[in-house]
Amino acid sequence: MSEEKREIVIPSQFLGDAKTDKAGRGTFIEDGKIYSERLGVLNKNSGYINVIPLKGRYDPVEGDFVIGIVEEASTSSWLVDINAPYPALLHVNEVPWDVDFGETEKYLKHGDSIMAKILQVDVSKKIQITLKDHNLYKIKGGHIIYVEPSKVPRVIGKKGSMISLLKKYTRCRIFVGQNGRIWIDGDDEGIAKVLHTIRKIEDEALSYGLTDRIENLLKKDAKDVR
Amino acid sequence: MKSDIKLIDSHGKRLDGRKPDELRKIKIEAGVLHRADGSCYLEWGGNKVLAAVYGPREAIPKHTQNPLKAIVNARYNMAAFSVEDRKRPGPDRRSREISKVISEALEKIVLTEKFPRAAIDVNIEVLDAEAGTRCAGLTAAGVALADAGIPMRDIPVACAAGKIDGQVVLDLGKEEDNFGDADLPVAISPRTGEILLLQMDGHLTLKEFDKALDMATNGCNIVSDLQKKAIMDKYKSVLEVE
Repeated sequence: MSEEKREIVIPSQFLGDAKTDKAGRGTFIEDGKIYSERLGVLNKNSGYINVIPLKGRYDPVEGDFVIGIVEEASTSSWLVDINAPYPALLHVNEVPWDVDFGETEKYLKHGDSIMAKILQVDVSKKIQITLKDHNLYKIKGGHIIYVEPSKVPRVIGKKGSMISLLKKYTRCRIFVGQNGRIWIDGDDEGIAKVLHTIRKIEDEALSYGLTDRIENLLKKDAKDVR
Repeated sequence: MKSDIKLIDSHGKRLDGRKPDELRKIKIEAGVLHRADGSCYLEWGGNKVLAAVYGPREAIPKHTQNPLKAIVNARYNMAAFSVEDRKRPGPDRRSREISKVISEALEKIVLTEKFPRAAIDVNIEVLDAEAGTRCAGLTAAGVALADAGIPMRDIPVACAAGKIDGQVVLDLGKEEDNFGDADLPVAISPRTGEILLLQMDGHLTLKEFDKALDMATNGCNIVSDLQKKAIMDKYKSVLEVE
């Protein structure tokens, strides 16, 4: 990780020339110049100029794991809110159960939460999700909290380092959806600790050496308890 | 409307002591509301305006959806207590017109093609009015859109120019608007100088019009810097944790 100072950019800010740099995510080109299209943090990576959003809706990507809340059950599918601009479709063929025609409500009804995988996003942004993968199921019990989708990578950490820290020190079960919803289950004390820590991660998402600091914090707390 | 009110005194100063090309005092604050995706509070002279942005989200009712791009729904509303006496609540002819022109101005700068079938809702609430609310509203909406993290080509900005006592001046105040000769609100995209909104009330000669447009564009650029500063002020703190 470079110790270069991070920079906040705002929409329409000039970032570079299209001849020398490549326009990455969160940017657009006009008259051979690269501009930022949104509020975010500047990131230069192997010739690409990217803007990593600070805020905004979740942008669904195929293969992402998300936590969804069922909005509506129709005869052969469900509509699920995944915090994207559009509701996602969950077809009966994409669930592990054998659902009879018109009996969808027996399995998932309005308000139920599920862990799901994004199966497909087409050009008109119609989203399909599936429950047919390992570790995907209907959520029973536990808590769901929300963080900004742009901060999810920090909650997970490099190769899952942050999340395994949290699991190790709090003995909670945690599932982080790419859409910013996080499911936590465990004893009350553990949940409180996870909540506190995640809020801290969220607040300090852009600082360096965060994983180490969080580990120290968790270690200290663990000592106090015993 | 002829009156014997002197809008410019013998020293060339206006009623509130401003020079002809001087703006009223402007204060902008980004991200003031917690429930909205993005928001902005703006004070422009005696105007107090609050803007909130929601979305992008699925456009409802369905027949308003565009399969190729997002729609922008701006809703301009004046609070009952925003004017002297009382404004009858609810949309009227004037506020519907302003909502429409602001929607169209914002649609030009938001990257709508990224969100087919979606709607971006912009609520502009005028809490206190003192001439130039549509400019204040559009300026606040621009900051709120950026604060909501919505992809856009530019941060739109608006400013008015006008004619009082036969002289072209920037940013009309209340009396100047009521007793002046013309009012010309202009919204631009400051990066390209493109005009997003232009309306005129009253009469200007072609020469005066050119001068007023020039003056308003300059005003827009000044306000644009304030907008960018407001957004930076709100978000630079996230870098200063360590």
